[in-house]
Amino acid sequence: MSAEAYSTSEMMTVAAARRLRDGATCFVGIGLPSTAANLARLTHAPRVSLIYESGTIGAKPSVLPLSIGDGELATTADTVVSTPEIFRYYLQGGRIDVGFLGAAQIDRFANINTTVIGPYRKPKTRLPGAGGAPEIAALAGEVLIIMQQTRRSLVQKLDFVTSAGFLDGGDARERAGLPGKGPVAVITDLCIFEPDPATRELMVASIHPGIERAAIEAATGWPVEYSSRVQATDPPNAQELSTLRELLLRTAAAHGSGAEN
Amino acid sequence: MAHIVSLREAIAKNVHDGDTLALEGFTHLIPFAAGHEVIRQQRRNLSLVRMTPDLIYDQMIGMGCAARLTFSWGGNPGAGSLYRFRDAIENDWPHPLQIEERSHADIASAYVAGAANLPFSVMRGYTGSDLPKYNERIRFITCPFTQERLAATPSIRPDVTVIHAQKADRQGNVLLWGILGVQKEAALAAQRVVVTVEEIVDDLRAPANACVLPEWLISAVSVVPGGAFPSYALGYYERDNRFYKAWNGIARDRDTFLAWMQRHVVQTSDFAEFRRTLKSGELQERHS
Repeated sequence: MSAEAYSTSEMMTVAAARRLRDGATCFVGIGLPSTAANLARLTHAPRVSLIYESGTIGAKPSVLPLSIGDGELATTADTVVSTPEIFRYYLQGGRIDVGFLGAAQIDRFANINTTVIGPYRKPKTRLPGAGGAPEIAALAGEVLIIMQQTRRSLVQKLDFVTSAGFLDGGDARERAGLPGKGPVAVITDLCIFEPDPATRELMVASIHPGIERAAIEAATGWPVEYSSRVQATDPPNAQELSTLRELLLRTAAAHGSGAEN
Repeated sequence: MAHIVSLREAIAKNVHDGDTLALEGFTHLIPFAAGHEVIRQQRRNLSLVRMTPDLIYDQMIGMGCAARLTFSWGGNPGAGSLYRFRDAIENDWPHPLQIEERSHADIASAYVAGAANLPFSVMRGYTGSDLPKYNERIRFITCPFTQERLAATPSIRPDVTVIHAQKADRQGNVLLWGILGVQKEAALAAQRVVVTVEEIVDDLRAPANACVLPEWLISAVSVVPGGAFPSYALGYYERDNRFYKAWNGIARDRDTFLAWMQRHVVQTSDFAEFRRTLKSGELQERHS
């Protein structure tokens, strides 16, 4: 194919979708994770089972849901179970391979803040809060995080740890007794981070086409480390791009306004 | 035992100042009409419980109904922030709001414990999260059999749970389907249960394992067609995403919010009149 123009946001979504393996059971957050997970389902992973915390199991939405409980998720699901059942039997029961999450902020050990900016009792900005994330981050077999990369979103120190990544690094996560493996990749619009096997600090593992190291460093709140085998991310192919664009167009038409992802 | 009455009467009889009140419905079947009636009847000092406060608690908090809120995710789903909820927490407006913040898994489990007449819920949760540092009611216990460390949180037992459902029959048995959230558990955990429904039918024609709440669990049933708007009722109408998006523009500013609530909720007599004021096109013209 000829080199097609694409946005950094499209690169992020495509790179995140590629990390979801076919046949996995995936607990999906709304927004960017839902876009990437459905792109995976519509391209290389037709047998992925997408599970939303509204209790919809095996959802196959033709347009992206605006909310976590859109009717489209219920009517295209294999089954719909109650909220206690989805959290207690499916997530806590150990049935989820992958938790796919977004985040307002992360630190270099991939801990997530979705609660407050500033002090908890007198916040500068009150964010929505935990939702299902603390238990998804703890209990899913592994976690993928997708988010826009800025100095305000990748920070040296979180004001609040809502959901655990690798805590203080090293074997802190295992010592705390968290069953899941934790975050295996953070996919941004600039690059892909993966945790160092020993320190568990996020290292740049793959850089998206056309992105300079200086741009990654300028958009990261901690001193950036690079993997010794840092790769170049493959650009989106024609099928990935057209599938994503059609999905977003269908979504915009259905929701009566521009697609948000 | 279920009395089929007007929503005005159902709220007047069952929701009192100072009550612990849960309006549940996970994006789907949110009981907006009932929330509006609580606002019209000027209930005060309520302890509100809801996994996702959504626009209905944004409205109730902004109108001064709530003293306390137990919740797990406080955003405008798919559309942004809850500005009245944030203004109460960030700036104590219209008055201070005490919050008890938990996770979805916890609140779901806590309703299960409440429904099962247990004082607390046990779960694998909160490890590594800062939430237990700021909510002293999230504690940890040791399993007496395996010595595992598990989170323990108080069960949720509302004075009143209010839900919206698709159908009731003439005896007041209630049928709901689609995304069920925690409504069954929240109803069974409560002292009193108020249900609004889309319609009353002669026969629910419910399959054997359908989610039916027997009439003797329910204090009052009220027929309110469209009563979940701008949320949705599967099989009846879709979520009004335009309204959810327009809400940001209405709720961001205190005066705009108050004027909107006066015009559309306080000064209307019921939900049908509220819907008629919106059909005049004001919402679209002014806010989108």
